[in-house]
Amino acid sequence: MKKLLPVLISILLFISVSYNASAQCKGFAKKVCKSELIPYIHDGNYNAAMLVEGEEADFYKTFYADQQYRLVVCGTESLPSVEFKVMDANRNVLYNNKDHNMAKAWDFKLESSQQLRIVVKVPASGQKKSEAEILSGCVAIMIGFKDQGK
Amino acid sequence: MVFKLRTLNSNSIIVCAAIFLASCASGGAKKNTTEVTVDSAELEQDIFKDISHAKQIFYSLPSPLESAMLIKSAGANFNDKILNPLNNVTKYTNNKTMSLNLGIYITDLSYASMFDQAQVTIKYMEVSRKMADGLGITDAIDQNTINRLEENINNRDVILDIISESFMSSTAFLKENDRQPLATMSLVGGWVEGLYLATQLVGEGSIEGNKIVGRIVDQKLSLDMVIKLLENNKENKDVNDIEILIKELKKVYDKITIKSSKIQAVVDQKTNETNLKSTSTSNITQEVFVELKEAVKIVRTNFTL
Repeated sequence: MKKLLPVLISILLFISVSYNASAQCKGFAKKVCKSELIPYIHDGNYNAAMLVEGEEADFYKTFYADQQYRLVVCGTESLPSVEFKVMDANRNVLYNNKDHNMAKAWDFKLESSQQLRIVVKVPASGQKKSEAEILSGCVAIMIGFKDQGK
Repeated sequence: MVFKLRTLNSNSIIVCAAIFLASCASGGAKKNTTEVTVDSAELEQDIFKDISHAKQIFYSLPSPLESAMLIKSAGANFNDKILNPLNNVTKYTNNKTMSLNLGIYITDLSYASMFDQAQVTIKYMEVSRKMADGLGITDAIDQNTINRLEENINNRDVILDIISESFMSSTAFLKENDRQPLATMSLVGGWVEGLYLATQLVGEGSIEGNKIVGRIVDQKLSLDMVIKLLENNKENKDVNDIEILIKELKKVYDKITIKSSKIQAVVDQKTNETNLKSTSTSNITQEVFVELKEAVKIVRTNFTL
């Protein structure tokens, strides 16, 4: 039992840290990131994850013809500016925020419905770091659309 | 705290270890999906083929609000007869039916809100709340949500924001509490309801040039993502059962081919908005549409009865 105690404490700490991190992520997405969508209406989907420097997330979604969208990708202050690029099904890059001063938002509309892939990356500093020095934080991907029913 | 830990027996440790291992395993499973490709030969390219070594992969379906917006913008009307009846709520007593119908009722209220049907919206929010309560979702839909809807009955922007917030909070709660299969079922329930409403709103005449039919055909593009989401949670028996049903729907969608031209991104310098210019065509026939309408009805009936 004594031998198992440190393992148990580690497990409980892991569960507790994971839960707190995801709860913070939800709060960040709702309170900070969502405001970047205004005046677009948030679609209501929740897409957020904890990432560390150098990690990527992939986001797949079908966007529909004749709709106007805003894509917002934002990270917590603990992270460097988050990179994102949007690609079509043929892997052509349609937008890369590195070409637009690391913008958090991209407004677009489509003439025909398309599956798009959004690749999000937290840039790595390139320096060797200890585990404690590696930056980590929440990254949220949010979609808004214009209310065309008014 | 230390005392409490010492009082835990070995069974508790095994349970905790199992949770830990399961969370590791689930992370591993996500990475494995990066190597899976789906058969979508009708598309010019398979968007999932070149999947990266991403830590996290999101497959996003049209939300209830987006589905409702797509229906409205295609020129459909409001018809309360096609909504899932409010009194069905008493039938939903287990996690599967409550998750599915949380998504279904939120889609119904989103559809009602798009047509400024305030009272219907409020009544459907009340049954959505019952589903959320039944699933133990504590911070998504409460009396305050209903009160805010009532207070802002003539403020469309606020109403849409409340709906968006309620759905986000519900699915986020389930995802964060390791109940991803239930979140997936809510998302899929909402998607199927959007499809059902759309198919029911197409008139009896020719489908030629019908915008709602165009929206229904477009859902073939989201169907791949529905299946990916279900596959990621197929260790859950309820999700597995739903996947079997959805794959029957896919058999009908496979009869439809969508062809798209190359996308050209053109930026409007005044608005800074990018226009993704392209054309697409599909070969849906009247017969395939009737078949599709029936296939959607079968899935929706399975979810709601």
